[in-house]
Amino acid sequence: MAGLSRRETSAGTPAWLEWTLVGLGIAALLVAPFLVYPIFLMKMLCFALLACAFNLLLGYTGLLSFGHATFFGGAAYFTAHAVKVWGWPPEAGILLGMAGGALLGLVMGFFAIRRQGIYFAMITLALSQMFFFFCVQAPFTEGEDGIQGVPRGMLFGVLDLNVSLNMYYFVLAVFLIGVFAIWRIVNSPFGMILRSIRENESRAISLGYSVANYKLGAFVMSAALAGLAGSLKAIVFQFATLTDVTWQMSGEVILMTLLGGIGTMVGPIVGASLVVGLENTLATSGFPVTIATGLIFMVCVLVFRRGIVGELYARLLKRQGKH
Amino acid sequence: MTMIFGIPVQALLGQLLVGLINGSFYAMLSLGLAVIFGLLRVINFAHGAQYMLGAFVGYLLLTYLGIGYWPALILAPLIVGLFGIVVERLALSRLYDTDPLYGLLFTFGLALVLEGIFRYYYGVSGNPYAVPPLLAGGTNLGFMFLPNYRGWVVVASLIVCFGTWALIEKTRLGSYLRAATENPRLVQAFGVNVPLLLTLTYGLGSALAGLAGILAAPVYQVSPLMGSDLIIVVFAVVVIGGMGSILGAIVTGYMLGLAEGLTKVFYPEASNLVVFVIMAIVLLVRPAGLFGRDA
Amino acid sequence: MTSAAPLLAVRGLNAWYGEGHALHGVDLEVFAGETVTLLGRNGVGKTTTLRAIMGLIRTRTGEVVFDGADLMRLPLHRTAHQGIGFVPEERGIFATLTVDENLVLPPVVAEGGMSVAEIFDLFPNLKERRNSPGTRLSGGEQQMLAIARMLRTGVKMLLLDEPTEGLAPVIVQRIGELLVTLKKRGMTILLVEQNFRFASRVADRFYLMEHGKVVAGFPVGELTNRMGQLHDVLGV
Repeated sequence: MAGLSRRETSAGTPAWLEWTLVGLGIAALLVAPFLVYPIFLMKMLCFALLACAFNLLLGYTGLLSFGHATFFGGAAYFTAHAVKVWGWPPEAGILLGMAGGALLGLVMGFFAIRRQGIYFAMITLALSQMFFFFCVQAPFTEGEDGIQGVPRGMLFGVLDLNVSLNMYYFVLAVFLIGVFAIWRIVNSPFGMILRSIRENESRAISLGYSVANYKLGAFVMSAALAGLAGSLKAIVFQFATLTDVTWQMSGEVILMTLLGGIGTMVGPIVGASLVVGLENTLATSGFPVTIATGLIFMVCVLVFRRGIVGELYARLLKRQGKH
Repeated sequence: MTMIFGIPVQALLGQLLVGLINGSFYAMLSLGLAVIFGLLRVINFAHGAQYMLGAFVGYLLLTYLGIGYWPALILAPLIVGLFGIVVERLALSRLYDTDPLYGLLFTFGLALVLEGIFRYYYGVSGNPYAVPPLLAGGTNLGFMFLPNYRGWVVVASLIVCFGTWALIEKTRLGSYLRAATENPRLVQAFGVNVPLLLTLTYGLGSALAGLAGILAAPVYQVSPLMGSDLIIVVFAVVVIGGMGSILGAIVTGYMLGLAEGLTKVFYPEASNLVVFVIMAIVLLVRPAGLFGRDA
Repeated sequence: MTSAAPLLAVRGLNAWYGEGHALHGVDLEVFAGETVTLLGRNGVGKTTTLRAIMGLIRTRTGEVVFDGADLMRLPLHRTAHQGIGFVPEERGIFATLTVDENLVLPPVVAEGGMSVAEIFDLFPNLKERRNSPGTRLSGGEQQMLAIARMLRTGVKMLLLDEPTEGLAPVIVQRIGELLVTLKKRGMTILLVEQNFRFASRVADRFYLMEHGKVVAGFPVGELTNRMGQLHDVLGV
């Protein structure tokens, strides 16, 4: 499994680079809504958070989940239902969605961690498809139409999210909190153990760690954060539909992470922006999106498995090494 | 009318037949996956797309060249198999030294491309493919009416499964395959061209998917999406059976088809879910799968 | 026999396992019809030498010429076809193959190999159990099978890695007799062996290895004079 993920370098990490990028990135995101359509930016941020949550599992624990659409789309349904049907305020709806995502993650993880590697991927895919069929049949998802016309509402009763910029800065705040949380998890003692599991599972077992519990813990956290992204998306776009629980969606998240760089903090964000941007471009061109995503998948796997950011780091390290 | 558990026998047998047909496809597809996985350690996500490709090759041969079902039954697996060989040579063979998950991701991308291409040109609605005249109509078995073509699908899938099993367990080529599954380097050191064996195995696995596809064409609609939904169920089948055994893959495939058919009789709402539920139960009771040797 | 070119010539062979540099320029020669034994402590690179000659280790440099063919340039599956057979330390009997299937697994690479019937005459035990899975055999029988399947292929030379390891004395004796029989039939053998008594009975010449290099080579006649050196290096 270690081969899948880029080792976060300890000595000689381009930390200065990462912090500069983070600073520039946040600054850019603060002014961006004045230059680019906020709705596009918000979509990008939701998917970037989803990809980061996914990367917590793949990049730092070495588990390839093919079922993250379940948490993303499932949480979107829960939030949409709570806000629209029960009349909950948006913040409560989002928390509910996040909790729902975590719960789904607990159930899926409970079964999936019984097998490793390729079987793990297949089990998450199968369980995710099961959840998809459940959503097709369950009345509260409103079938093919999905839950439409979800009100954005007043955040904490004071901030009107129907104002585009309010919505945007709220999304940005949640995104930053989510990514910060992931960064903290990854660099905590818990995160170190996850990485040692990724590098060598049997050694982690022999050191006395209950690997299954750590894996499940990582799975639930990743699911909760993916749920947060889904809930946010439901509020932004004011609907929740079957699209977000399909296996294609799970595949898209994998692509974003792979393209950006598995096991890097910034990579999934870059990957998500590129994929969302590409899809927006293709939507008007008539070129089928699935062919494009499929081709990017194949090219990534064949020629740059490190992803864009991972490749950048590797080049920088090489150059530093030469000095 | 005879009843069993309050269900008319006809309805029960009818659904069991549907289950047996589905099970035939599960068996053929999980067999191909197991053959490929055994030697290449690659989960062929494109298996569903190759199944779709087999059906489309049959459909296109008929539509554009007027080539009928029986020649297509040979040509479709051949073309899909050759396609597989090209894919293995150009791409998969470069991934053997990497984490097996990359093989999964590559074939996932391939599946998206194949599906995307056919969707682009043929839309999502299915195209009918007529049952060949020889197998049109049906036979009254006394207790139920059996459409001849469906009977043929069951027979053909049994032949395919048994044939593949015999090829692997009883022939010299099969002994190379089994030995290379255990220790590819040593077999190569003995003078067997293992890289070629890997290529041929992926070709064979792909051809099996193509054959299943052309067999399925008259039963289901020929549609770009026919493979992707099926492949996920087949993955569950493979998790249930474990990929350590060829016979295990076959038996599990038929069993789950029948289980699905029975569920349709007693609790139709759950028929989509039953395979996944069984998978979850098996994971609890026997995590390595029913016939699994590799935990 | 020393006037002719050697059947196997190894010069300056280096080999690596990942980062680890395992062979540091091995030089050795084996002439047709000879049985040569590589001696040395555990971990000096005896097994690695056989695996690097065979091409099972690909990160290698130097020269390996067998019967006029440059083995360094050949892909792994072409090596055996030059007439060289490998019997690994772990024997490499396949569990999913029957004894029969194990026996006929290696392809015939040249004329002059034994027929299955001849092999069964030599190994009656194997004939009795021809239909059982290969790994159901006892350790000794598995070793017999591992050697027997190379006899069918018509190879001129065998690379044998510790054929007596973990076997009972009576079986070791039978394997010794087998090697003598093979030698009479003209087989060339490069043997890695820890069992010094066994090796001294079957070998014509010895090479002594230390730290990934051959440090001495001598014929069986010099064995008694060399006992002091061997004692130091091997601890026998």
